Amino acid sequence: MTSSEQRLATIRGAVPPQRHNARTIAALTGNPGCTRRAVLDGAGVDKPLLAERVGFPARFGQSRFAITRGNVFEAQVKADGGVELLRLVAERLGVPVPAAASWTDLGDGDDPAGRARRSAALLTEALPPAPTDHDEPAALFDHPMLGLEVAGQRVHLEPDLVAARLAGRFHVVEIKSFPVIDGQADPAKLAAAAVQSAVYVLALRELLAAQSVDPQLVSPEVVLVCPRDFTNQPVAHLLDVRKQLLVVRRQLDRMDRLDTLLTDVPADFTADPAADPETLAGSLAQVPARYAPECLASCELAYFCRHEARGQTGALGRPVREALGGIADLDEVLALAGGQRAADPEQEEAAALLRAAARLRADALTATA
Amino acid sequence: MSTLRAFAAAQALAAGAAQPVATVRHLHLSRRPLVLIPLSMAGEANAPLAAMVGSAPGDGRLLIVPQPRNRDQRFAFATELAATLLPYVDAHRTGTEAVSVDRGRDVRYRYLDAPQLLVPNPAGVTFLRLLGRSTRFRRIDGEYPVPPQVPLLGRWLTFFAERAEHPGSSALVAMTQALTLHWATGQSAVEDLHLPALLSWIAPPAGLSGAEAAARAEDPSVCPPAGPATDPEFDNQLLAPAIEAYAAADDETARVEAYAQLEGLLRDQLTPTWELMWRGLGLLRALEPGARVSGRWDGDRDAFTAYADHLADGGAPQPRRDGAVAAAARLHRLERAAETYAVQRAYDDPLVMAEHRLTGEAFVGEVVLADPTRVDDSGRRPVLRPRIQLVTTEPVLVPVGASMSSPTRPGQKARVVFVTPAADGKVEVVLELSGGMGRGLTATPGSVPEVGQRLCYTTLSEAYVPGGAFPAVEETPWTHGGPPAAGPAADSATDGAAGGALRVAAELKPEPEPDEEWA
Repeated sequence: MTSSEQRLATIRGAVPPQRHNARTIAALTGNPGCTRRAVLDGAGVDKPLLAERVGFPARFGQSRFAITRGNVFEAQVKADGGVELLRLVAERLGVPVPAAASWTDLGDGDDPAGRARRSAALLTEALPPAPTDHDEPAALFDHPMLGLEVAGQRVHLEPDLVAARLAGRFHVVEIKSFPVIDGQADPAKLAAAAVQSAVYVLALRELLAAQSVDPQLVSPEVVLVCPRDFTNQPVAHLLDVRKQLLVVRRQLDRMDRLDTLLTDVPADFTADPAADPETLAGSLAQVPARYAPECLASCELAYFCRHEARGQTGALGRPVREALGGIADLDEVLALAGGQRAADPEQEEAAALLRAAARLRADALTATA
Repeated sequence: MSTLRAFAAAQALAAGAAQPVATVRHLHLSRRPLVLIPLSMAGEANAPLAAMVGSAPGDGRLLIVPQPRNRDQRFAFATELAATLLPYVDAHRTGTEAVSVDRGRDVRYRYLDAPQLLVPNPAGVTFLRLLGRSTRFRRIDGEYPVPPQVPLLGRWLTFFAERAEHPGSSALVAMTQALTLHWATGQSAVEDLHLPALLSWIAPPAGLSGAEAAARAEDPSVCPPAGPATDPEFDNQLLAPAIEAYAAADDETARVEAYAQLEGLLRDQLTPTWELMWRGLGLLRALEPGARVSGRWDGDRDAFTAYADHLADGGAPQPRRDGAVAAAARLHRLERAAETYAVQRAYDDPLVMAEHRLTGEAFVGEVVLADPTRVDDSGRRPVLRPRIQLVTTEPVLVPVGASMSSPTRPGQKARVVFVTPAADGKVEVVLELSGGMGRGLTATPGSVPEVGQRLCYTTLSEAYVPGGAFPAVEETPWTHGGPPAAGPAADSATDGAAGGALRVAAELKPEPEPDEEWA
């Protein structure tokens, strides 16, 4: 165990680290500047439990109906050994629909490490030396076990997805149950699916690289299978995730340099849910967060950070803070605007703007009152 | 986010109560709006679960779908909603007025009033848009017939959803947007989408500050979400067992009982939002409407009249997607509307104009010199061109030669002649006036500002700008795909093209396919 790993284990407390999945890795790209989040996620802290312990439980329920619907749709698309899925994917990729394809479910069995080995072996088995061979048989792999290095730890990913090998290239196939209506999907859901798929592309590429196969065989174009319009009919779309790949890669690299981040973290910092709430809250306060309203949708600790960020203009949203001349503190904004406080030279411009805003607001409100 | 609005948010946070960002109301409110709160089933493609609808606070009708995945029940819901919405819409097709067009050479008629729908939030607008999309192409004959009201409802809902995209329209209003247009809260825009929290900031219950009340309103067990998405806890703990009980009921008594149970649950989820909607409406009604609000409502009445005529003539439902020319024309229309709306709000409301004063596009100054009799005789024929000089303390970031006007004198143009910095950070501005002073070489009394008056001048102009010209559909330029082919062949040709964006299989069949797969 390296010294960093030891540090992280101490921070986490006497519990096993939380397992990352594509969703949590994707969420890491949301607020890359937040040190608190990087350290907690790097240490694999149970954030939902931590949030509850400090009195700000997360609100990330998922409706049973949504879960059922997702499972039903996935089962429907994968039915019959993936015949329909193969047709959808091949047609979307513009390659002839293969007469047959092998279907390998890599989901069953032993421990994660063993499964990962099996996935790696079967995925690269019988791969022709050159990707130009169009005659090689198409193959679909369900539930491949993939792995990624996250903050120096090997993280196993168990995606529900299918890796399709068609015309010599691998494509990540992601089945999602949100509808695409007249060619348009919910932008937020689509964006989340793109980042998640990027995580899988990255993991699949690493797998190939580890087997000395060209990682570029994994296409950056992901096939997204969604219900069409208001029906249950699946329809495939291509999603280019090159940009998301860069973002995820960058954030993972940053987490690899957790050592650097840890040097600024106080030695007695703990996020052990077993510690008493006050100690935890006090400890968390020592590591700076970078709260923004967007955190509410993606981070379990957001309500705690929001409470802490009261009185900060950034808590109203980054555009608000920028419109207020970048002044972070609410009291300072009001003091500068009211002229009760002399501005530092570098705040002079912002202060003039705030004074003008205060005067104009008062002017317009009294004129009509 | 303008600095002025951000500053109002900062003040709201410091005060613990919402702060006004408008001094007049910028939307039209119908005497009898139809409030509609839809709920949808989680995970499904816009499957209605329930709705509360009505045009008076004591008259909320509850519609529920006991099995939201059942296709027949979804259309039964649409039929029931149509039974409220269509008569409401039709009730506005009574009196008409004549409007002269083409400079009085012709006349057209428009209805004296138009329907107005109020939903809690933008997601409610999206729900109605998709409900319109899923019903407007339904056939009333053939293999899967639906009652004739269903496609008609779909067309009207689509009409409303399209109006909601039109800046300044009041035909379909999301309450959260209407409220944030007039008040700034001490929370972020994301949090403002939650109607209970937003209203807590604006009008907290007695004994609580806005901030405290908003924190309370965030708990879904205290304040159910304003839809269309339901609280997952509610789904898992209460709704799912009730739906299962209804499905399992094997005799009439059990079914009636299970239905009543389900109805009670959904009523409890919807009633708090129903009350909030009318409270929000009351707050908005207390504001005086801006001077140009009724003019914009005329536009809504025009659109309503035109669409009612279109339907009466047996017109086709709105297409799934606009063609290239129609899309360009729509975009142009929306951009023009957005521009007009921004100018009109500033003209109507000094607090909105203050945003433009802060950015140097407008200033308020005192008239210190006036030459109301000045005549410019350098041209072919002498013209009356009075000049005035104003002194202001505000920044004037307007170039010489620019054309300005004053909200109180919209018919008069003022050309900037000099902008001269004076002592104590003041600025002197000399303006040359034209128009709005009567005919002849003597200005009618009062038409030229007098010394001592305080006036606002801005570069924002209400002047009419003619719309752009667009080619006919059959002359669509090749840059935009060329003229559409008559058959579906064009669709499949573009479909195979490479590209990274989300691509979708073309829908080749002109008529919709039945949703028989809803399990």
